[in-house]
Amino acid sequence: MSELKSWREIPKGAVIEEAGNSEEYKTGTWRSFRPIWYKDKCIQCYRCWTFCPDSSILIKEGKVAGINYEYCKGCGICAHECPKKASAIEMVPEKT
Amino acid sequence: MQKFDAFTGNLAVATAMKQINPDVCAAYPITPSTEIMMIFADFVSNGEVNTELVTVESEHSAMSACIGASLAGGRVMTATSSAGLAYMWELLSVASGLRCPIVMTCVNRALSAPLNIHCDHSDAMGARDTGWIQIFSENAQEAYDNVIQAIRIAEHKDVKLPVMVCVDGFIISHSYEKMQYMEDKEVRDFVGEFKPYKSLLNVEKPETFGAMVLPNYYMEFKRQVREGMERARQVILEVGEEFSQRFGRYYSNFENYMLDDADFVFVVMNSAAGTVKHVVKNLREKGIKAGVLKPRVFRPFPFKEIADTLKNSKIICVLDRAETFGAEGGPLYLEIKSALQTIESNPTVINRIFGLGQRDFLPYHVENVFKEMRNYLDSGNIKMFDYVNLRD
Ligand code: SF4
Ligand code: SF4
Repeated sequence: MSELKSWREIPKGAVIEEAGNSEEYKTGTWRSFRPIWYKDKCIQCYRCWTFCPDSSILIKEGKVAGINYEYCKGCGICAHECPKKASAIEMVPEKT
Repeated sequence: MQKFDAFTGNLAVATAMKQINPDVCAAYPITPSTEIMMIFADFVSNGEVNTELVTVESEHSAMSACIGASLAGGRVMTATSSAGLAYMWELLSVASGLRCPIVMTCVNRALSAPLNIHCDHSDAMGARDTGWIQIFSENAQEAYDNVIQAIRIAEHKDVKLPVMVCVDGFIISHSYEKMQYMEDKEVRDFVGEFKPYKSLLNVEKPETFGAMVLPNYYMEFKRQVREGMERARQVILEVGEEFSQRFGRYYSNFENYMLDDADFVFVVMNSAAGTVKHVVKNLREKGIKAGVLKPRVFRPFPFKEIADTLKNSKIICVLDRAETFGAEGGPLYLEIKSALQTIESNPTVINRIFGLGQRDFLPYHVENVFKEMRNYLDSGNIKMFDYVNLRD
């Protein structure tokens, strides 16, 4: 996160003055479990991409290509939704 | 040019609202404030105002709609009482936290149970710490004048906070009295045009209102509300001064009635102040140095000025029209006690709870309390806390 400001410097009433600034908020810092994506098991069904609440499934040239750990909050939805027969995403505890 | 006519408190408030001509009013009826919106609805139907009147299904929705309209850039007003204010409670701090300069009249009424539709201040006192400026009005004239000034105070760039104008249910809201009122144009010139600080409808610059704030910023936003409240101290005086100059009726933080050399002081708000002033005037005629301090502004509480005014008195009786159940005394008493901590001298302060659910409070009740106070100066004995006109 950017440097914290004093009460004198922030807009009154907690207004967010710029549109689309959630990019600045790195939700990846929340993560206690890390999804590990296995390229060789992945059947490219896009279920993880469809369900990820933080748009953190990386796509390269039209194919699932890994996880964006800056924003991935570690919710595990991708691993849960990944078809059993593929099981291409595993959740492992983050090292603290 | 001002004129005189007969007004009830509710008619006075509705007339002020008509002259202000707000963009939006969202309201739900509750006794004794219902009549304000009934009268105002006539003004809307007759095309005397341009206001969008939103009739909602509850007070919770009324305040929610007021907040939405205020964030959208409108000048917004409403009115309520008692349980209606209680039902708005969640939204009261939303309005102050989002810095919505809404002006609401609170026609003071007791809280249930037992159900009682009559006057006391337990509704407004329950909302004293929600970030609303609170201004109390002794009669219809003050209610009218306060509502008009409240617009200027709420919308001032240094303040940007909602204002609650309090007026006693039935005693004032439903009683006719002589009142002086201005022409529509004079009022509109005084309140001026509303320039919103930010607006949800500004599509040129989209902004987000009402986002969640985590522990790392929440305190900073509450500190800002305190700043608005602190700045309001000066703004209230300036607006009162300008109002006095234009319209000839003087308004400050509190009324000083025969206080300058007073040994015996009563502190009391709203309509009961009239009864107490009457008794004090009679005491003065007998050569007794008595006085009345009537706080007009309860939030922000003018503790420094009040302490300075009370420092030479011998005994002070704070009359509270609300209970605190479990505190040392009523809410006004607690403010006066804590204000007096800021000065060296230490007058005796006693507390009397009166008029709950509109129990009669008559001149002889004030005289009885005065006798206790005078007896204290000889004997040194007095009950610190008691009720007035309660069957014991
Ligand atoms: S763990 Fe949650 S946030 Fe992270 S990639 Fe999977 S679905 Fe998205
Ligand atoms: S859900 Fe599993 S199999 Fe499907 S694209 Fe994502 S990682 Fe690959």
